[in-house]
Amino acid sequence: MSNLSSHRFSATVIVLIALFVLLVGACLMFGSVDIDASSVMSIVMGNDSDNEAWNIIVRDTRIPMILTAALAGAALAISGLLLQTTFNNPLAGPSILGVSTGAGLGVAVVMLAMGGTIGKMMGDVAIGGYIATLVGAFIGAGAVMLVLIVFSSIVKSSTMLLIIGMLVSYLASSVVQLLNSVATEEGIHSYVAWGFGNFSGVTGAQMPLYASLIIVGLLLSVMMVKPLNALLLGTRYAENLGINTHRTRIALLMVTGLLTAVVTAYCGPIGFLGLVVPHISRLMLSTSNHSRLIPVTILAGADIALFCTLLSVGGDHGVIPINAITPIIGVPIILYIILNRRKIQYFN
Amino acid sequence: MAIFETQNLAVGYTHGKQTTTLLSGLNLSLESGQLVALLGQNGAGKSTLIRALTFATKPVEGKILLHGVDFDTITRSERARLLSLVSTERIQAGALTVTELVGLGRQPYTGFLGRLSDADRDIVADSISSVGMSHKADSFVANLSDGERQKVMIARALAQHTPIIVLDEPTAFLDAASRIETMQLLASLAHEQNKAILLSTHDISRSLMLTDQLWVIARDRQVLTGPTSEMVASDAMNRVFANSSIIFNSTHCDYEASEG
Repeated sequence: MSNLSSHRFSATVIVLIALFVLLVGACLMFGSVDIDASSVMSIVMGNDSDNEAWNIIVRDTRIPMILTAALAGAALAISGLLLQTTFNNPLAGPSILGVSTGAGLGVAVVMLAMGGTIGKMMGDVAIGGYIATLVGAFIGAGAVMLVLIVFSSIVKSSTMLLIIGMLVSYLASSVVQLLNSVATEEGIHSYVAWGFGNFSGVTGAQMPLYASLIIVGLLLSVMMVKPLNALLLGTRYAENLGINTHRTRIALLMVTGLLTAVVTAYCGPIGFLGLVVPHISRLMLSTSNHSRLIPVTILAGADIALFCTLLSVGGDHGVIPINAITPIIGVPIILYIILNRRKIQYFN
Repeated sequence: MAIFETQNLAVGYTHGKQTTTLLSGLNLSLESGQLVALLGQNGAGKSTLIRALTFATKPVEGKILLHGVDFDTITRSERARLLSLVSTERIQAGALTVTELVGLGRQPYTGFLGRLSDADRDIVADSISSVGMSHKADSFVANLSDGERQKVMIARALAQHTPIIVLDEPTAFLDAASRIETMQLLASLAHEQNKAILLSTHDISRSLMLTDQLWVIARDRQVLTGPTSEMVASDAMNRVFANSSIIFNSTHCDYEASEG
């Protein structure tokens, strides 16, 4: 790494960490109730403030929400990065390729057709609640991943693969519509609410599983820096460097499936973050080198998700769905990238 | 002993369940310190042969030996230390610097995370300097000309420290000056660094005279081999094209329309 790019990397990491601290602070202070900084400080430090409601809001609502958002942002951003490198396609992302929709379909099957549990008919071993949703999301995301793996070896064109991803999305949406017609009112209501996307659905009790699954996925992605960099040269070069590209691609898609499924099950189908954050990271660093790109993508993903959370719950308005905010941030960035692709190094 | 040889090799492609054999009965051998060019018209099977020789596809029949060892018994990572590739595949590496790209050539030797040691860095710098690109070591690959990119890809192959280098159409997208430069570079690498270098090309010009051996795919799918000077003087070159009104002029080392 030359000095210049190493300075740029350190500077970027420092800025992103500083932003992270600021955003966490802001998310703790602002919301339906604004709480002053010193009270927030003391509650976070474990000393309750005089206002009992504030203690509950910070401890039971805002801290889990911040953790959920930061981890979800990091997970989706890494999913997008892995998909973009795997398919050699800068416009790949978990929502565009239908992975989120697949996970959503799994969730819909659980919520709408099975009334929120899996295995009811098997008697005692029913899996209920969020675990059922999670399993549904895994199966759905995994199925779409399989379709993508099969088609990626048949169609070589990356544009075609994007179109296949979109077709899979349409298909999944129509299945969801069909499920709606047989579902209970309650099921439909919870599915629609889930579809808005939100980071406040993970309770303290669910947090350990949610957080550890995402952290495992992120660690696995860090461990794949070497084959990811080899894949920048394309399949033939990567093979020549001793990489088993077939196995690597499957491993990468499994990590992506894990991260996307977990986030989708708990937070809903969050669009755009996965597509946009890897581009923001590449533009900040001006490199495609994954050894620097992965840590920066994790941090930037967390920051942007926190920023969306702040817009969603901060201020005097009611809660704005996350999926109403991400396109407003994402679309201009994607348009900028498409319009400037001749000038952006990683396209050339 | 030849460092790289084929025994009764047959290559082709599979389409569904049907296998088409393009070239068969090939007993080719490559020696260290030699630059060999594989010639043939488009569709003759150059790429198919190169793909088989670089293990991108399985041969239809026969064996490929590296250092006398059947390549099927050699692990992926050992192979990566024996043979390096320069292809015309489009790469996504515009936002890597020349040093980073060439550094990827060290992957067969680096640890789990691909971190380069000081020794690796020295090898990368030497490889870049061997192709005369040291002045661009910190430039982005995106900002290089086609000829410069080709040199960097050759440097990447050098950094891989393999006794054999195979290049698939290395001069295809280059202008005349870069083509000759590339051929000169490859000849000097073969002769000075004792590499065995095989390249495929349909660019038949005087720069072919820089090679030591020619493998010529004739129109009847025979592969004729021999020292370059002998091949050029023989009838071999006239057996490349199906059209008999195209004849090889050994003085100009080029094809021309026959008069009359």
